[in-house]
Amino acid sequence: MAKNFSIKHQPGFTAIAATCFIVLYLPIIVLVIYAFNAASSTSEWGGFSLKWFQSAWQNTQVVDATLRSFQIGSIAAVLSTIFATMAALATTRTAPYPGLTFKYAAINQPLMVPEIVTGVALLIFFSRIKIFTGYSGIGYLVAAHTAFCIPFAYLPIRARLENMDLTLERAAADLYATPWKAFRRITLPLLWPGILAGLMLAFVISLDDVVITEFVKSGGQDTLPTYMLGQIRRGITPEINAISTAFLLLSVAIVTLFFFVSRKRD
Amino acid sequence: MPDKPDRNAIEVVNVSKIFGSGEGQVAALDTVSVSIRENEFFTLLGPSGCGKTTLLRLIAGFDFPTAGEILLYGQDIAPLPPFKRPVNTVFQSYALFPHMTVADNIGFGLEMLGKPKAEIKARVAEMLKLVKMEALAGRRTSQISGGQQQRVALARALAPQPKVLLLDEPLSALDYKLRKEMQIELKRLQHETGITFIFVTHDQEEALTMSDRIAVMSSGKILQVGSPWDIYDKPAERFVADFIGETNFLTAAISEMANGKARATLKSGATIEATVAQSFQPKPNATVVVRPEHAKLTKAKGELSGTVENIVYFGTDTHIHVHLDSGELFTVRQQNTRSAGCGFEKGDAVGILIGSDAAQVLKD
Repeated sequence: MAKNFSIKHQPGFTAIAATCFIVLYLPIIVLVIYAFNAASSTSEWGGFSLKWFQSAWQNTQVVDATLRSFQIGSIAAVLSTIFATMAALATTRTAPYPGLTFKYAAINQPLMVPEIVTGVALLIFFSRIKIFTGYSGIGYLVAAHTAFCIPFAYLPIRARLENMDLTLERAAADLYATPWKAFRRITLPLLWPGILAGLMLAFVISLDDVVITEFVKSGGQDTLPTYMLGQIRRGITPEINAISTAFLLLSVAIVTLFFFVSRKRD
Repeated sequence: MPDKPDRNAIEVVNVSKIFGSGEGQVAALDTVSVSIRENEFFTLLGPSGCGKTTLLRLIAGFDFPTAGEILLYGQDIAPLPPFKRPVNTVFQSYALFPHMTVADNIGFGLEMLGKPKAEIKARVAEMLKLVKMEALAGRRTSQISGGQQQRVALARALAPQPKVLLLDEPLSALDYKLRKEMQIELKRLQHETGITFIFVTHDQEEALTMSDRIAVMSSGKILQVGSPWDIYDKPAERFVADFIGETNFLTAAISEMANGKARATLKSGATIEATVAQSFQPKPNATVVVRPEHAKLTKAKGELSGTVENIVYFGTDTHIHVHLDSGELFTVRQQNTRSAGCGFEKGDAVGILIGSDAAQVLKD
């Protein structure tokens, strides 16, 4: 092998990299460009305009779905982060024991099970509950989103806990801190960046979900993605491009924030 | 040794700690008993894996003994969690809280004890002064040097005025010069605060220079407890003699044992006077140890004779390795002077003089 092996100097590297970038980003670039299209078609260019953003902003259905998405996303993110934090503490602050691997698998199960299966299962399960309780509100969507967001919130929190020096908690206990006080004063503040990262990741994942939401939602409970899916069935207008573009900007903003928060070391 | 009150701060009674179970079980501590006096600088010395840190952790409460009792002023603390023991620890890694300032770190223990704010403030100021860190009170712990972190860790552990301070190899991360400084600093702190210190180290020099008493540990057992002088000059066992300093091992026949003294007949046929370790059981071939600096090399006849094999210059002194006629190896340490060499050359036939109180008979 060459002294300084670098994959960058392998034949075809540049071509493959370029292809990947084009396949990944060209469609998105096209979508964003057509969001500023003055014509009402997605196939011809009618000059620059912001009118589709304006029309989306004034469309009460869009506003309604967006608010619902935010509502579900924020509640589900908070709940799933709380559960994920507890799960991460329980799976890292212990000596390895038989069955721990099984617990990892159970926590990460939503990553493995096909969403469509979860969707169908929840549809059947919740319909029974609806019959018994008569409740048909947004709670079902919140519960479903919370469940599949847990593994996403769990990952950064667990990573942070695993990197944390256990001696710090021991030192706190040595200095008369009860387990709860040691957690409040030492573990939690040091874990905070991980929790924030988990929270943001869970929020983005919830915002983005289509499949499970589509199965679980009742009439009039469209989130932004399911609303968009419904619109596309009736033919695409640049309004969808405008909504997508706004959505993209929001996601990029949150992911960027996530990156900086999870990188923070102190 | 200065007069110490005879009250025991810590009594470890028949403590065992067994890790694992079944075939894979390991006794980190094997029925260990030791008493540590009030206001004493007590050192647990031994190689890594000897159980010294395990014993410290049991006293701190980070782990619980499989059997036995740990008494703190007569009260069994072995089952208590660490936050209920009036004992504080200085960790090897310091374990300073990275999200707090130096002052907050030092005040943490007092805060957890629910002391009033004014009292905490005063005590933190006093501690900062004690460790000479007043100027850096507001700094984050990541913004200070290793030596300064060490001082903060000490101040943090001393602030709640523990009955016993545990120090787990606290100097091992410092460089040589700083370590020497901190050794003196630790002695000063112990003297000024009057707190009982239990110090864990694998560094025999550190143990000898700092301790009032030393317990030498190996394979989960305490082999010998005594003053540095006892440990160095009157080792009871081969492990102790070998682990601390350099020494020469000779085989001898022991006779005329009385009052801790005996006559040892060496392989060369010469007979020397020797002190005998406690609980020594008479046997035909005993081991006698002689420190290299307690023997003298001569060109005339001595108790031993041999040939100079190697000469190693150390600056303050010279080590002369002699191949004895009996086949054993013997090292003599000779103080250097500026004007003359050591006076011997490789290949010289030499005699070795062993003083009347230089030899010690080991019990194993």
